[in-house]
Amino acid sequence: MRDVSLTVNGVRHELELEPRELLVYVLRERLGLTGTVVGCDTSSCGACTVLLDGESVKSCTVLGVQADGHEITTVEGLARDGELHPLQQSFHEHHALQCGYCTSGMLLAAASLLAENPSPSEAEIRQALEGNLCRCTGYQNIVDAIQAVAS
Amino acid sequence: MSAQTEVALGRIIGAPVQRKEDGKLLQGQALWVDDMHVPGTVYLGVVRSPYAHARIVEVDVAPALAHAGVVAAWSGADLAEEWAGSLPCAWLPTEDTRAPEHKPLAVDKARYAGDAVAVVAATSRAAAEDAAELVEVEYEPLPAVVDPEAALADGAPLVHDELGTNRCYTWSLEAGEVDRLFAEAAVTVSQRYRQNRLVPNAMEPRAVFVQTVPATGEYTIWSTTQVPHILRLTLSGVLGIPEAKLRVVAPDVGGGFGSKLDVYAEEALALAVARRLGRPVRWTETRSEGYLSTIHGRDQIQEIELAATAEGRITAVRVRLLASMGAYLQLVTPGIPLLGARLYAGAYDVQGYSFRCDGVFTNTVPTDAYRGAGRPEATYAIERAVDALARAVGKDPVEIRRLNFIREFPATIASGLTIDSGDYEALLDRLLEHVDLPAFRGRQEARREAGDPKRLGIGFSTYVEMCGLAPSRILGASRYGAGGWDTATIRCLPTGTVQVVTGTSPHGQGHETAWAQIVADRLGYELDEIEVLHGDTAVAPLGMDTYGSRSLAVGGVALYYAAERIVEKARTLAAYRLGVDESEIEYVRGRFAGPDGSLTLKELALSAWTAHDLPEGMEPGLEASYVYDPPNFSWPAGAHAAIVEVDTETGAVELERYVAVDDVGVVVNPTIVDGQVHGGLAQGVAQALYEEAVYDDAGNLLTANMATYLVPSAAELPRFELDRLETPSPTNPLGVKGVGETGAIAAPAAVMNAIADALAADGVTDLDMPATPERVWRALREARR
Repeated sequence: MRDVSLTVNGVRHELELEPRELLVYVLRERLGLTGTVVGCDTSSCGACTVLLDGESVKSCTVLGVQADGHEITTVEGLARDGELHPLQQSFHEHHALQCGYCTSGMLLAAASLLAENPSPSEAEIRQALEGNLCRCTGYQNIVDAIQAVAS
Repeated sequence: MSAQTEVALGRIIGAPVQRKEDGKLLQGQALWVDDMHVPGTVYLGVVRSPYAHARIVEVDVAPALAHAGVVAAWSGADLAEEWAGSLPCAWLPTEDTRAPEHKPLAVDKARYAGDAVAVVAATSRAAAEDAAELVEVEYEPLPAVVDPEAALADGAPLVHDELGTNRCYTWSLEAGEVDRLFAEAAVTVSQRYRQNRLVPNAMEPRAVFVQTVPATGEYTIWSTTQVPHILRLTLSGVLGIPEAKLRVVAPDVGGGFGSKLDVYAEEALALAVARRLGRPVRWTETRSEGYLSTIHGRDQIQEIELAATAEGRITAVRVRLLASMGAYLQLVTPGIPLLGARLYAGAYDVQGYSFRCDGVFTNTVPTDAYRGAGRPEATYAIERAVDALARAVGKDPVEIRRLNFIREFPATIASGLTIDSGDYEALLDRLLEHVDLPAFRGRQEARREAGDPKRLGIGFSTYVEMCGLAPSRILGASRYGAGGWDTATIRCLPTGTVQVVTGTSPHGQGHETAWAQIVADRLGYELDEIEVLHGDTAVAPLGMDTYGSRSLAVGGVALYYAAERIVEKARTLAAYRLGVDESEIEYVRGRFAGPDGSLTLKELALSAWTAHDLPEGMEPGLEASYVYDPPNFSWPAGAHAAIVEVDTETGAVELERYVAVDDVGVVVNPTIVDGQVHGGLAQGVAQALYEEAVYDDAGNLLTANMATYLVPSAAELPRFELDRLETPSPTNPLGVKGVGETGAIAAPAAVMNAIADALAADGVTDLDMPATPERVWRALREARR
């Protein structure tokens, strides 16, 4: 077991982790942050995407111990003071989610993209979302929702 | 005023209302089955056969039992007494359909790679997974059969020895003088197509969580299911637990596309383990495990022949299908190809119709419903064959479609069903307003003349489908095991809000919003005053769930009628309270007006609840239920076009444009309908270009995870251009039809026809899905030889 300290959505946690524990299970099962979900076991789908020090990572591909000393943002940390994050609001307005299972990961991948590139083209958005799969929407409304926030 | 006109005046039905569901999903507040954490839970690890076909010689669970945290471990033989029956198949299409035994754990033989042979229960997920690897199973590998044609050959390995054959059933239909029409035909075309096997890949993996009260023998089953009601009654039969002791909850469910329309081994196992241990039990598949244990879709070989006049007027259609069932029959496996059995003439008026389907067992994951289920297959075959006919008679694909369209509605088609309404030519005309065909042909020809290796092609798909399952009497005649009705309850609460209970079970479709729109429209409540409850058999005890684009056309119509009953009772009460005759009451959306005064529905709900002063004999409360059995299927149709660019040097296909013009009847929420079309198109395009579950000859699934099976991302898909026409369905008062599957039904043919159009001059018109660069490149190389 290893002692790990991580800050999630601004709250610091001291944890004792098995070295093999994946960050996504630390978030879900240790911290009860079930907004981050698991969609695959090959790092393909991006449903588990979170921000690690502001950059998107697939939390199924990061060990909990690797997150030691880092800051993590999950979907639960996007809305502030009861106000939806602009991406959350835009996803709602553009019907960019159906079953909602990929949504947390999409939002955080989009947040990471916009932090790097505040005004991406449609092609750039589509390229940036390559690691995040959605089976319901055909992506069009997701792309539109992100573009609306960008512009 | 007729029901029809009232709806037409509605301001809420038809409005692009934003979804009520979104808030929790956007903020990580949904409740998925895998989120359930209850102290004392044991986690299941399932041991699966690595062989497609093998005798199980011995199962030794002792090494697993010795692992830290393991509570119990069982082989199939150990649990044999748990099962009162097989996992259910509710659709045996013929009297002599062979339905093999299908127990949650295999005992004598494993029949596909992934077949469950033992189960471990442990105090953590990790311990369960670790211990499952420790179970020692001795197998005697047997020859496997994965191809449905090979499975019917003499001497093929038998998936189920006791059946003496791999043939599950043969179902056929003959209407009109098919042989004569073929003999007299000036032109015939004969085509053979392969329906690639697909993995549904709902984003949420399957999971089940069971809680029990051992003293009362009650169980609550939380499942990632589309069908909580069907699950409850069938699990009762599998486990021998009285249905009344079972409660099934489908909380937030992350997509299904048919794959969660099933009763799975793991659901039965979790229930059996909960009964044995008296503890909560949880199982969540890993995605790779899902590839080996969750149903697959399609996997058919299609032969289609058209008889036509020299001008290309189709007179008869003859179809022969070989459909892989996989190793076992899941809930509706044998019926899936037959959902398209009567649709192989498509939108075209023919006189003769002949269809035969052989269902075949193979050593593969069982097939079952996947978005469209039977109708994408039928549409693909007829739409590609019509293009082949167009080439044979030297006509344009548009021209040949116009020549053959069904034009008068309702239309009783050769295969015996009656299409409710439609205007296929209008759809095609609208499509051609978006696609300038002469200009495209010019561009296409210019490229060819310039010797550009990148060819252009356009493909059409003018589909019609039947959905909204379904009239119970037709299901009964098709030997389906249940009815096709659905239910709605509206409960006007005393404090001004309303509960709506539906028998449908949404998992991404937005029923909470659309159903609220229907109630708001009829009863005058605001959308946020309406709560839609679903997916819990304790809350909605009666229902037939969500699949086959049935929810709005059946469950939504039930809601309409329940609202009528609310209005009827409230009108009687209003007349009594206002001291006038009922005939003097005028009802307009939530308000009952008499000559000298009026009362709102909310006021009437309160007085119905206090019951201080009700008309003689009136029951207190304002609540109404309706069980609706549709008189017909609903029949969406559309005209789609795909434009592709095919690189003849690399084989790469680029989808330049996709235009879809659909007629799905009256639209309740255009935003939601567009979303359904987008998603269906994405899956249809994926079938045409990207997705295929590939087995090797030994029965190993080579595409057994998301890294090797290409679920397209945003980068692979184009922007879809949508348009709509509306011919209301005359069979229900809302005028609605289904929409959930149209895109997946129409798109594969449009895309493949476009590729064939691009490459016809290069001699390539026969190409199977998915049209991967390698497949296209090989076909071109073959044609050049």
